[in-house]
Amino acid sequence: MGRYVIRRLLQMIPVFIGTTLLIFLMVYALPGDPVRGLFGDKGASPEVLQNLRHEYGLDKPILVQYFDYMKGIVLHFDFGNQIASGRPVTEILGDAFPVTLRLAGLAFAIEAALGIILGLVSGMRAGKTADTLILILTLLLISVPVFVLGLILQTVVTNAGGAPSVSDDTDIGQMLMPAIVLASASLAYVARLTRTSVAENMRSDFMRTAIAKGLPRRRVVGVHLMRNSLIPVVTFLGTDLGALMGGAIVTERIFNIKGVGGTIADAITRREGTTLVGLVTILVLVYLVTSLIVDLLYAVLDPRIRYA
Amino acid sequence: MTIIDQTASVPGPSDGGADAPLLEVRDLHVEFHTRDGVVRAVNGVNYSVSAGETLAVLGESGSGKSVTAQAIMGILDMPPAKIPQGEILFRGQDMLRMAADERRKLRGAKIAMIFQDALSSLNPVLSVGYQLGEMFRVHQGLSKKEAKARSIELMDRVKIPAAAARVNDYPHQFSGGMRQRIMIAMALALEPDLIIADEPTTALDVTVQAQVMDLLAELQREYHMGLILITHDLGVVADVADKIAVMYAGRIVEQAPVHELYKRPAHPYTRGLLDSIPRLDQKGQELYAIQGLPPNLLRTPSGCAFNPRCPKAQDICRTDTPPLFEVTEPDGSALPGRRSACHFWKETIHG
Repeated sequence: MGRYVIRRLLQMIPVFIGTTLLIFLMVYALPGDPVRGLFGDKGASPEVLQNLRHEYGLDKPILVQYFDYMKGIVLHFDFGNQIASGRPVTEILGDAFPVTLRLAGLAFAIEAALGIILGLVSGMRAGKTADTLILILTLLLISVPVFVLGLILQTVVTNAGGAPSVSDDTDIGQMLMPAIVLASASLAYVARLTRTSVAENMRSDFMRTAIAKGLPRRRVVGVHLMRNSLIPVVTFLGTDLGALMGGAIVTERIFNIKGVGGTIADAITRREGTTLVGLVTILVLVYLVTSLIVDLLYAVLDPRIRYA
Repeated sequence: MTIIDQTASVPGPSDGGADAPLLEVRDLHVEFHTRDGVVRAVNGVNYSVSAGETLAVLGESGSGKSVTAQAIMGILDMPPAKIPQGEILFRGQDMLRMAADERRKLRGAKIAMIFQDALSSLNPVLSVGYQLGEMFRVHQGLSKKEAKARSIELMDRVKIPAAAARVNDYPHQFSGGMRQRIMIAMALALEPDLIIADEPTTALDVTVQAQVMDLLAELQREYHMGLILITHDLGVVADVADKIAVMYAGRIVEQAPVHELYKRPAHPYTRGLLDSIPRLDQKGQELYAIQGLPPNLLRTPSGCAFNPRCPKAQDICRTDTPPLFEVTEPDGSALPGRRSACHFWKETIHG
C-alpha cells in the first residue's frame, strides 16, 4: 500500500508538468495581449508597454517563461500574480474556492444521496413501473443541457417569489437551487450506475445466502447488497467531486455566484495567462489528489483489489 | 427407518414427538410463470426427514431437486415462482403459512443451507469472520467481539488451519475446499435441526470432495441433525445417505433405503442412472447412457414423464401418469420405505 501511494505520487509529477505546460502553451497561443488589455481602448506608449512586459517577464521566450513559472511554484509555492489587480493567484483562488467548495459540497450531497436512493429503488424493482419512471427521469436529466435546466428553474423560482440569483453565498437556502442544477446530470448518472449494479447483485448467489442465513431485510439490503453495489458508484462519485471542485462556469454565471468557474471565465475573457495557468494548476492538483483518494478507497471497499 | 408415514396423523404444533419427522414435505407444487408459459418445476413432492437422518435427493439438472430445497428454505424468488399447493411442515408447523418474520427466524437458526459454489455464495467484500459472526449477532444478539470469538471456534470446528489468523481473510483468499468448509461452518453456526446441502461437493475436486463429505457426516452425527443432501453424484450418496428419493421432471419417481436402491432399483430411470456409472471391470466397453434429454418442463410428456426415454415404455405409460406405488416382495411381503412411480415396478425390481 505505502509503495503504491509513493508510486502514484511520483506518477503525478509528469502528469503535473504535462498539464501545466499544455495550459501554458494554449494560453500563449490565444490571441490578445494582457498588457495591452490593461489599458483598454486608450492604449499606452510603447515604452510603458515594454517596461510592463519586462516586469512580468512576458518578453522572454515561452519555455523560459514556463520554467520561471514552475520554479516559482516549486520553490516558493508562488502561482504568480493576477495582472489586472496585482494580487497573487493563490489569494484570488482563496476567495473563490470556499464558495465553490460550498456549492460543490451541496451538489455532491444531493447527487450522492438522491442518486443512490433512486438507483437502489430502481435496481430492486428492475422492470417494474418505478424502475421505468426513474429511467425516464434520468434520461431527461442527462439530455437537458445545464443552462436550460438552470434558466427554467430560475424562472420558476422567480415567478414563485424567490430570488433569481444568489446574493449571499454562505446561505445554504440560496445555494440550494444552483446546487440542484449542478447536481442534476451527475445525479442521473449515479442513479443509473447504482441501478445496474444493484440489479446485477440482486441476482447474485451471496444475496441468496444472506437471505438463507435468516438476516433481516434491512441487513440484507443495507450490508450485503449496498456494500457490493456501491463500488463502481464510489469511483464515479470521486472523479465527479474532482470535477465539481473545478467550478461550474455555466451554473455560476446563471446564478451570479463568484466561485472558481466565474474566476476562470473572467481570466479567459481578460486574456490573463498567468492567472488562468495558476488557477488551473491548482485545480489539476486538487483533481490528482481526489483521484488518488478514490483509488485508495476502492481498495478499502473491495478487498479483492490489492495494491502492491 | 420409515420414509413416509402415509397415514400421517398431524402432529401437535409444538412438541414434535419422538417419532414425528423433523421436516415433512407434503404434496408440494412449485411453478414458475414465465413469458413462454407456466413451468411446473415441482409436481407433488412428498418426503420427510427425521433428526439424525440423511435423505439424499437425486436427479438430473432441472428435475426440481434444488427448487424443492429452495422452497423449504423460503429463498425462492416469488414471483416468478409460485407455490400453488402443498405443505412444508417443520416440527409440525406449516412454514408456508407462517408470518414472514417468524419464518426468517427459523432460517439459519433451525434450518440452514449449504450452497454449491462457495466462492459466489459468500459475499466477496466481507471477511469470513464477519459473515460467520453475523449469524450470532443477528440471531443471538452477541457483540462484535463475542461473535468473532465464536467465529474462530467455528472455523476450528470445521478444521480450518490457523483459524484465528485467518478469521479476517476474505473468501477469495481461501482454497475451494476451505471455502466450502466456511459454508458448512456458517450453516452449523447455530446448531440447526436440519441442514440442506445443495450439491455441496460439486464444485470441488475429488480428494477434497471426500474430506468435505466426511466432515459433514461427522458433524451431522455429532449434532444429531437431519440432513437433506441434494446431489447428482451416486458415489457420494452411497456413503452417507440413509434413504434416497430420486426425482424426475418435478416428481419423486422412486424412494428407497440407500442400499436397497443400489441393489434392486424399482424404476427404469434409477436403473439407467446406476448403469451409467463407469465401472472398472467393464473397461473398454461402451458406457451406458440414458437415451434422450430431460423433458422440457413447459411441455411435460403425457403419462409418465420418463416414457420417451424409457426402454420399457408401453402404451399405458404414454396415457396414464403412474402414482407412487408401494413396492413389495414378489410374495407380497412389505418392503418398508420403498416406492416406485412406474407401472411396471414389479418387472423392474424382480426381473
